[in-house]
Amino acid sequence: MEKVCDAQIKGVSTGTTILAATFDGGVVIGSDSRASIGGEYVSSKTINKVIQVHDRVFCCMSGSLADAQAVTKAAKFHLALHSVQMETPPLVIAAATILKDLCYRNKEELQAGFITAGWDQKRGAQVYVVSLGGMLVSQPVTIGGSGSTYIYGYVDAKYKPDMSREECLQFAINALALAMGRDNVSGGVANLAVITESGVEHVVVPGNKLPTFHDD
Amino acid sequence: GSNMEGTGPEWLSAEVKTGTTIIAIEFDGGVVLGSDSRVSAGDAVVNRVMNKLSPLHDRIFCALSGSAADAQTIAEMVNYQLDVHSVEIDADPKVRSAATLVRNISYRYKEELSAHLIVAGWDRHEGGQVYATLNGLLTRQPFAIGGSGSFYVYGFVDAEYRKGMNKEESQKFVLNTLSLAMSRDGSSGGVAYMVTIDEQGAEEKVILGNDLMTFFDQ
Repeated sequence: MEKVCDAQIKGVSTGTTILAATFDGGVVIGSDSRASIGGEYVSSKTINKVIQVHDRVFCCMSGSLADAQAVTKAAKFHLALHSVQMETPPLVIAAATILKDLCYRNKEELQAGFITAGWDQKRGAQVYVVSLGGMLVSQPVTIGGSGSTYIYGYVDAKYKPDMSREECLQFAINALALAMGRDNVSGGVANLAVITESGVEHVVVPGNKLPTFHDD
Repeated sequence: GSNMEGTGPEWLSAEVKTGTTIIAIEFDGGVVLGSDSRVSAGDAVVNRVMNKLSPLHDRIFCALSGSAADAQTIAEMVNYQLDVHSVEIDADPKVRSAATLVRNISYRYKEELSAHLIVAGWDRHEGGQVYATLNGLLTRQPFAIGGSGSFYVYGFVDAEYRKGMNKEESQKFVLNTLSLAMSRDGSSGGVAYMVTIDEQGAEEKVILGNDLMTFFDQ
């Protein structure tokens, strides 16, 4: 059968697994670190898909890597200007809305989706999803990327609102490890950020330190 | 796609698929099989209570997925072949024999057929066994999942499966997995059918929607 490479149509894509989840007092956002060309060649083993767009606001990209990078760069700029004008740290929903506007107005040219997570004074910890066409939705927990299909069941079963920080971090690492174990275009290390009122902590879990399961 | 006026609704001509979730797991002394009950033709649900767990012999069942017609036909053919075989050997057939018969049909006609059957049962030689026959291979596994809904629960079964579960734990594992897949896969839904097979025989059960697991957002 003839094989048509996705990459020939879309370019380098972050076949990926991304997620974000709120816990009592903060939010965890994380991703894998693999970039691949058409599912046949790993073009980067250690790409960072968790981008800091402001002090307490992060976003994760999925879809076309080039599109996602361009959009986050533009969003970072707008958010910085907005924050200076308002003389206050930006709301998480402001960051998500900026991404959404960019995705919606340019929906014909772009192929990028985002998860935005962060903490602000007004509403505390929040997670927003901007989908491919530019829909904006708020959820307590969300997953995205090609690897996410394999962990819908796990996330539905295991996520509880108001977990502790340690429980939520372990939940996120487990979910990423499970997805990376089944999706051939997700892999590498798990990059996570834990965002709370007091600050941001980066957590990196290398492949050999990820949790293992029954057949590993 | 393009459509001439007057050809009727799309589902009348769409292929009938058991886009589905099926699972089978071995425990010490037997097996548990489970399935959803939705049969779809395009966007329409044409049967919401179909039992996709089909008997091949007294203590051997199979779980159907993929094209409804193909899967049912394979199951019926193997049912007949097993009847003949068990008369010839004057004994109950092995689960491996049933799985081999399914695999032979799936492999020989792999270009024409698009169905995947999981075969599971109990025999006195090897006890409880689960066999996957996807694309014409034959492999014995501690548990197997299949159908369109199975993709959503790979992570869950990877995390939750433990060796040495007993009958009740295996039944719970099957029901929880089905609930999760049915709530996410548009082609899976309805009720859950479950069959538990051990030395005593095969016990069939139906579990209705409101008795299934619920999650944090429900």
